[in-house]
Amino acid sequence: MSDITNQSLFELTSNIKEKRLSSEEITKAFINRAEKSKKLNVYITDNFEKAIDQSKKFDSNPNLDFKLPGIPIAVKDLFCTNGVRTTAGSKILNNFVPSYESTVTQNLWDQGAILLGKLNCDEFAMGSSNETSFFGNVQNPVGENLVPGGSSGGSSAAVAANLTPVTIGTDTGGSIRQPASFTGTVGLKPTYGSCSRYGIVAFASSLDQAGPMTKNVRDCSMLLEVISSFDQKDSTSIDYKRNNYSKELSKDIKGKKIGIPKEYRVDNMPEEIEQLWKNGISYAKDCGAEIIDISLPHTNYALPTYYIVAPAEASSNLARYDGVKYGFRSPGQNLIEMYEKTRSEGFGDEVKRRIMIGTYVLSSGYYDAYYLKAQKVRQLIKKDFDDAFSKVDAILTPSTPSSAFKIGEKTNDPVSMYLNDIFTVPINLAGLPGISIPAGKDKNNYPLGLQVIGKPFDEQNILNISYALEDKINFKNDISDWWLSE
Amino acid sequence: MSKNSEYLIERENKQYEVIIGLEVHAQVTSESKLFSQSSTKFGAEPNTQVSLVDAAFPGMLPVINEFCIEQAIKTGIGLKAKINKKSVFDRKNYFYADLPQGYQISQYKYPIIGEGKVILDMPNGQKEIGIERLHLEQDAGKSIHDIDPNNTLVDLNRSGVALMEIVSKPDLRSPDEVNVYIKKLRSIMRYLGTCDGNMQEGSLRADVNVSVRLKGETEFGTRCEIKNVNSIKFMQMAIISEANRQIDLLEEGKEIDQETRLFDTKRNETRSMRSKEDAHDYRYFPDPDLLPLEISQELIEKIKSDIPELPDEKKKRFIDKFNLSPYEATILVSDIETSNFFEEVIKNSDVKLATNWITGELFAVLNEKNLEISQSPVSAKNLSKLINLIKDGTISGKIAKTVFEQMIDGDQDPLIIVKEKGLKQESDPKAIEELINKVIENNSDKVAEYKSGKDKLFGFFVGQAMKESKGKGNPQLINKILKEKLNG
Repeated sequence: MSDITNQSLFELTSNIKEKRLSSEEITKAFINRAEKSKKLNVYITDNFEKAIDQSKKFDSNPNLDFKLPGIPIAVKDLFCTNGVRTTAGSKILNNFVPSYESTVTQNLWDQGAILLGKLNCDEFAMGSSNETSFFGNVQNPVGENLVPGGSSGGSSAAVAANLTPVTIGTDTGGSIRQPASFTGTVGLKPTYGSCSRYGIVAFASSLDQAGPMTKNVRDCSMLLEVISSFDQKDSTSIDYKRNNYSKELSKDIKGKKIGIPKEYRVDNMPEEIEQLWKNGISYAKDCGAEIIDISLPHTNYALPTYYIVAPAEASSNLARYDGVKYGFRSPGQNLIEMYEKTRSEGFGDEVKRRIMIGTYVLSSGYYDAYYLKAQKVRQLIKKDFDDAFSKVDAILTPSTPSSAFKIGEKTNDPVSMYLNDIFTVPINLAGLPGISIPAGKDKNNYPLGLQVIGKPFDEQNILNISYALEDKINFKNDISDWWLSE
Repeated sequence: MSKNSEYLIERENKQYEVIIGLEVHAQVTSESKLFSQSSTKFGAEPNTQVSLVDAAFPGMLPVINEFCIEQAIKTGIGLKAKINKKSVFDRKNYFYADLPQGYQISQYKYPIIGEGKVILDMPNGQKEIGIERLHLEQDAGKSIHDIDPNNTLVDLNRSGVALMEIVSKPDLRSPDEVNVYIKKLRSIMRYLGTCDGNMQEGSLRADVNVSVRLKGETEFGTRCEIKNVNSIKFMQMAIISEANRQIDLLEEGKEIDQETRLFDTKRNETRSMRSKEDAHDYRYFPDPDLLPLEISQELIEKIKSDIPELPDEKKKRFIDKFNLSPYEATILVSDIETSNFFEEVIKNSDVKLATNWITGELFAVLNEKNLEISQSPVSAKNLSKLINLIKDGTISGKIAKTVFEQMIDGDQDPLIIVKEKGLKQESDPKAIEELINKVIENNSDKVAEYKSGKDKLFGFFVGQAMKESKGKGNPQLINKILKEKLNG
């Protein structure tokens, strides 16, 4: 048997079900490795003691019908967890302990999973490198001083470094898929309305979705099956029949029509990315898929549209962090002064930048020119996809325009940072499911990902295509454990 | 409206007309809040009716309370208004300590209810007041500044309670019309059960828009909005004071600034709260946590079929069916409890007498004791018994008043009072004849005078006969027999 922490979710659940491993053994193995991996800074808050207790409790009376029987899982610190501090990577929630549980994490615990701890992320999920976190940046296990992507950077690093078997992140403009791509892992953003947003600290409500981040496609299907559910507590949750994604997982994609959008060939795209995409196309062909050139004419407008809609919603969503009810408060002589000090000291620069952008685009006199126009463009972007999906079953693109960059490389250049999301943002604007799978490496041996985009509620199809491609690509993440301490 | 009833404010040789529009905030009658399941009960301990949603905890999401939607539709139907099949909830963004989300969920561009109307019964006829729109929104919490000397305390019990904002067109022209308008709105909502209209508990408040113009002008003047006035009396005072302030400015050749003002009830004057330039930029945008609200025709039809008879229709029925005067009918339908009481009384008794007794004796008692009709000391059942006693001649109207006074004390049965006190009317012709004979015998001088032409003395004989019967003699019979005896 290989080292416990190397195992996939599928292997671990099999080993528990076959009683080859106990929950306690598995939980302790991950905790032990985490203790030696502090250098990566993936955890904001650990739950190790309670996790061990819970694993023992599981073992004392194991329910093997569970889909995640006694499996320890660390989650992004954007999910509210009952009794466990939830910070959203921000000073303003530094001391916040929820008395409630997000629906998505509750779904994990209801299937036997155990909370390992809360993973680092960009502050309020605003960032593409995990450098905006109040709790410091995260190291990408792929290489020292490399960003793990963001905003689910702690999550991607934790999966890649074998610190959690799987995790869940949130994706507003690419925050699951981009870090998955940077770390050689799999990340799926489901259709908007698939996973409940109840109990997830909101960034941009019309774009936010929770999703699985895993080592491989099968694990991804297993986790999606657990977290996706209709929830009456979220008015945007959609009541539809969800698949048994893992059971229906299949590599047979013969005859599937896969679209290649010409607009995703952006200027200055590295040759390696171009090559990666070509390889993906030829693998898809090898699997019997039909490749069709398509056009998504409004792609160019996606990024500016996103950077109006998301900050607008965020500026309003973050108004509740005012020092009055919970979280950080910096006292003032009067209410206004208290607000100003609390929010000036409690929020970081990137969050403030987006609050200001959002406030601006919603202001009277600017609303029509920015927010309203952006909403119209968003409809056009959505229509591009609707038109495309009348011809194809799925769309294949690169996940990111580059591989992981160095820590600090883009912190003073927000626009270049925003460009990271160029391939992922349109999918959120259109509310579609998208998955990033590791597909190759660049000249530095850093991982690169391919993205498969599906029709609404067609997660099964993109999982199947990814499953088939994964097999052909046969990606191996060579991570040297360079950070481990004794 | 006839000219002499116009409300005009005079200055030297000029007459100014006052233009008024109201934004009424009516609390929706509902067990739970607009977007959460917390209770809306009035008067609970501070912060005991607050859910995580009401306090805007991270990750909490609003879920529409469908009952509140139905209540708004019901009200819309009562206002004969357009029900918009698609409406949108927007966020109105501003910071305040008692606004936990940092925004109020309201409806901005696309309200649930469109244009409608309210008919006012004014002394000299009916007047139609246009309704611009009705939208749903959340109430804020309450900031309390006077308990702790150094801190403001916040009570979130009200945070998230559903309000209907009912915006009138600028069709009101006088404080009297405002009085009748508010009462009519309140009456309609109470008939429908969509707002209890309790102004003491803040269930009904209004922002009052006032402008003035010279009589005959067709353009509106610059308006000022007086925020959050919570009684009809204060609304009327505020309007008079504000209109005079504006006229004074115009008379001095000054301009009126469009602004938001507050009414100081102690000093009976309005003062500036903020000018147009300082107006908040609320950055309205559709709430992404809520989908646009879609209402099916089926739901509208279902609600329509449940709508009770409303004051205007009831008034018409009372006039047509019971032959009431418009004045009487207006009084009886003005409040649903009154009309229910009336209909209960007339189930078993005479309509005309019931009308007189309710609007006369009963209202006098209620006024005197400052009671609502729902707290009436005399039940409909016993009042109808009393009316039947009058109608069948058991007691006279005069005796009935004595009986009624006793009934007030613990809703006593008039039959028992009449029996116990021996107040039953004497209607036996023989007995009456006997006592009349006695009166004639005892007053032979007056009889002679009467017979010689002094007709006025007839009243004297009636009085004597009544006295002889200890007030119980049937007056019709006394009259009849006296006439026979004296004229025969």
